[in-house]
Amino acid sequence: MTILQERTESGLPHPEPARHEPAHHAARPSGFYEWVTSTDHKVIGKNYMYTSLVVFIAAGIMALIIRAQLVQPNNTLVTFQQYNELFTMHGSLMLYLFAGPFAFGGFANILVPLQIGAPDMAFPRLNALSYWLYLSGVLIMCGGFLTVGGAADFGWVSYAPLSGSLYSPGTGADMWIIAIVLTGFSAIFTGVNLLTTIFYLRAPGMTMFRVPLFTWTMLITGLLILLAFPVLGAAMIMLFADRHFGAHIFTVAGGGVPVLWQNLFWFWGHPEVYILALPFFGMVSEILPVFSKKPIFGYKGMIFATIAIAALSTSVWAHHMFTTGVVLLPFFSLMSYMIAVPTGIKFFNWIGTMWRGQLSFTVPMLFAIGFLLCFLSGGLSGILLASPPIDFAVHDTYFVVAHFHQVLVATVVFAGFGGFYFWYPKFTGRMLRSGLGKAHFWMLFVGFWLTYIPMYALGLDGMPRREATYAAGRGWTMLNEISSAGAVLMGLSFVFWLINLWISWRNPVAAGNDPWDGQSLEWYTTSPPPPHNYYKLPPIRSERPVWDMKHPEHLKVHQPEIHVPAGVASPGPGAASAISMPDAGGSRGSNSESGEGG
Amino acid sequence: MAFPIFLPATRIARLVPVTATTPEARTPDTSVARPDRPFEKPASAVSTRSPASRLAVLVTIVGTALVMTSCTLPAWGAKHGATLQGHDTFKLWQGLVLAAIIVGAIVYGLILWSVFRYRRKSDAIPRQFHEHTALEVIWTAIPLLIVLVVFFFTVKTENNVDALAPHPAVTIKVTAFQWGWKFAYEHDGVTVLGETLQNPEMVLPVGEAARIVLVSADVVHGFYVDAFDFSRYAQPGVTNRFDLTVRHAGVYQGQCSDFCGLYHTEMLFRVAAVPPAQFRAWLASTRHYESIHHTYIT
Ligand code: HEM
Ligand SMILES: [Cu+2]
Ligand SMILES: [Cu+2]
Repeated sequence: MTILQERTESGLPHPEPARHEPAHHAARPSGFYEWVTSTDHKVIGKNYMYTSLVVFIAAGIMALIIRAQLVQPNNTLVTFQQYNELFTMHGSLMLYLFAGPFAFGGFANILVPLQIGAPDMAFPRLNALSYWLYLSGVLIMCGGFLTVGGAADFGWVSYAPLSGSLYSPGTGADMWIIAIVLTGFSAIFTGVNLLTTIFYLRAPGMTMFRVPLFTWTMLITGLLILLAFPVLGAAMIMLFADRHFGAHIFTVAGGGVPVLWQNLFWFWGHPEVYILALPFFGMVSEILPVFSKKPIFGYKGMIFATIAIAALSTSVWAHHMFTTGVVLLPFFSLMSYMIAVPTGIKFFNWIGTMWRGQLSFTVPMLFAIGFLLCFLSGGLSGILLASPPIDFAVHDTYFVVAHFHQVLVATVVFAGFGGFYFWYPKFTGRMLRSGLGKAHFWMLFVGFWLTYIPMYALGLDGMPRREATYAAGRGWTMLNEISSAGAVLMGLSFVFWLINLWISWRNPVAAGNDPWDGQSLEWYTTSPPPPHNYYKLPPIRSERPVWDMKHPEHLKVHQPEIHVPAGVASPGPGAASAISMPDAGGSRGSNSESGEGG
Repeated sequence: MAFPIFLPATRIARLVPVTATTPEARTPDTSVARPDRPFEKPASAVSTRSPASRLAVLVTIVGTALVMTSCTLPAWGAKHGATLQGHDTFKLWQGLVLAAIIVGAIVYGLILWSVFRYRRKSDAIPRQFHEHTALEVIWTAIPLLIVLVVFFFTVKTENNVDALAPHPAVTIKVTAFQWGWKFAYEHDGVTVLGETLQNPEMVLPVGEAARIVLVSADVVHGFYVDAFDFSRYAQPGVTNRFDLTVRHAGVYQGQCSDFCGLYHTEMLFRVAAVPPAQFRAWLASTRHYESIHHTYIT
């Protein structure tokens, strides 16, 4: 069962695809047909990634319209109705259809099998179904804009009874609900796929404590998805039943309980916050070591911190409901405070990773450091919000808008685009230009602070969120102008990114297998990886097999001499096709120790 | 909505001569601070004997306790809290922000230090250390202690803010509706009602506890007065009760804080705090007016 490799002298081995590629791959579909029919995790992952990025751009444009409306008091750029649709769709697209799918549909789909040495996801067709459900959700939710009543307009949280048929009768609202049910199922399927893949398809030698941290965070994210998303789907179906079948689950008139909606929604909603954060924490945990030329500091501590965050995140939902007056304040406050502890552990471990390293400030590294600097600010204001009296004072003001944007933009945008710059060479085989990448980073970074710091001040001065305009006499004009200017900077920074993509498409610079001096398994295979990812695998003796291969002198645990029966040490086409057979995976995972036992 | 709206628009202005129009007081008024608040007591509840973390804990406790007792800290951009309850929140805010700034300064300092100090100087491979158990225990334990201290003060303030006076001077039933407010002084037979930009005005006695009974006639709304450092949802099916003890006479702007539909933006109101004698005179004359005209004040 063991697949062992000889190490080539030049460092990385060359998989020689021409010789090993099984015959049936010769007729692989290409272009549009490939995009539509593929069950390859890399193709599906790319579909996910580019779809979610288009959603991101659309939602970003909506944000810019919102900021344009707010730049002056009593502005009439958009009507109240249009404004309500805009912030609802901006928030919904960003959270339901960009941030999550970008992480677990895009990155995780491509990276998890690569990082654990698996040929594909455990259930490739289910994976394809996930993507098509997701795409349907995107089209249906955005289609709301084409209906007579316009898109959904009750906020991304759709509090009952405002979201009921009495107060929001439009078709756009129904399409919004259906879209979320569809993408909710897609997320659940992806969660199942991730868990199964990580538990059963690890390569020989890849024990759980050698799994790279990004994959670990995806494992925990998958668990959280399975915990949280069924509740969201159920709540949406109940809402739909209320709207169309008179179920009266959330209406007082019919004997229902409106505040039940908030409990159900946030029971999904807070774990969702970590479903959105953990994958990006994982990306940072991959980027920082590579550009510090060191291992991650406190690998196991990171894993336990991730688990602790996930566990705590299921019992803090009512911190979004402090002002309802119907929740047990001290309990949810204490639980929320406790989350600061494992999050702090992560921060200190990231700092420990850079400590005494040799830091090179490539574009991914800049974004990762940007994440640290930006997230910390949002995290600190989050600790203030965990105090119910302070939450009473600033709940539903721009203070909260600033807080959640700082954490979300830090994770999804800074860490997310750090990951994009980091793995793009692996996904495509091409480099992105570093000058344009740095321009992207600095403009985004400056825009970030300009946009959100004034929002804190506005919130403390009493400006409520979701209001379409404000009176001139309140003295909010100047801060809003600064915030809008920052938003324009943030928006424009993505032009550099688009130009970068364009240039790398027209003028490719080959990336090679390992452009960054990487550490984890994915840097071993070609860029882009061949179908089924690996023709051979290096020995896996730590969480960074590629680094171990390049620097055998630093191997943490010195292995006893391995005696390999003749014929196994030099894998031919037989070994390659063993890997590419999906059903061979189950038994390989359970034999994961055999690599070191010899 | 089903509420009848009548608008004797200028009437309220005549009835309520406003003594101070600045919505917030720059100097905290300690003369009205309640004696029954054991707020100034230094924290002695948390104790640890671990030598490694003793210093940090000491610093935290002393620092936080100092902060909690001090009124000279900066406001950090927040309103001072025009009610007793809000002022408590404000003092908690002052302390917590200071704690956050200290923690933030340390962590930002460490990040920036490692970024600038350890930038690449050669191609040498740095020492490959993986973990340090003692360090990791310390940076788990210290944040844990800090949040427990913070939580302790949070609970104290929260109990003050949510406390209900046994005999409030006046009870006002506030009904939020799409898109306006109804303030009913039910024991006194007076009702104030107004939609969107009409800015209905709630009149309160200064220095006396006013009980607010908050409900919603339709969707979820938020009763929010920024100068009071306080908000509470008005929800169908839920009755919320809280006290407002306004410290300074004045007119304060209020607004619906939870998104409630098309005209959420314009769901405004005001709170006028007047001296108690004047408040009772207003109640009497308004009751008289309503009994003659069968209509509500806007
Ligand atoms: C260019 C960057 C962005 C800008 C300028 C921006 C701006 C805004 C503004 C001004 C609002 C408040 C609207 C209101 O309350 O009236 C808002 C709401 C929101 N934003 Fe963003 N945003 C940006 C990026 C993001 C990102 C990356 C995410 C998530 C990943 C996000 C998620 C949300 C959510 C969930 C809401 C709340 C929507 C609601 O209240 O229902 N935003 N955004
Ligand atoms: Cu939460
Ligand atoms: Cu309202």
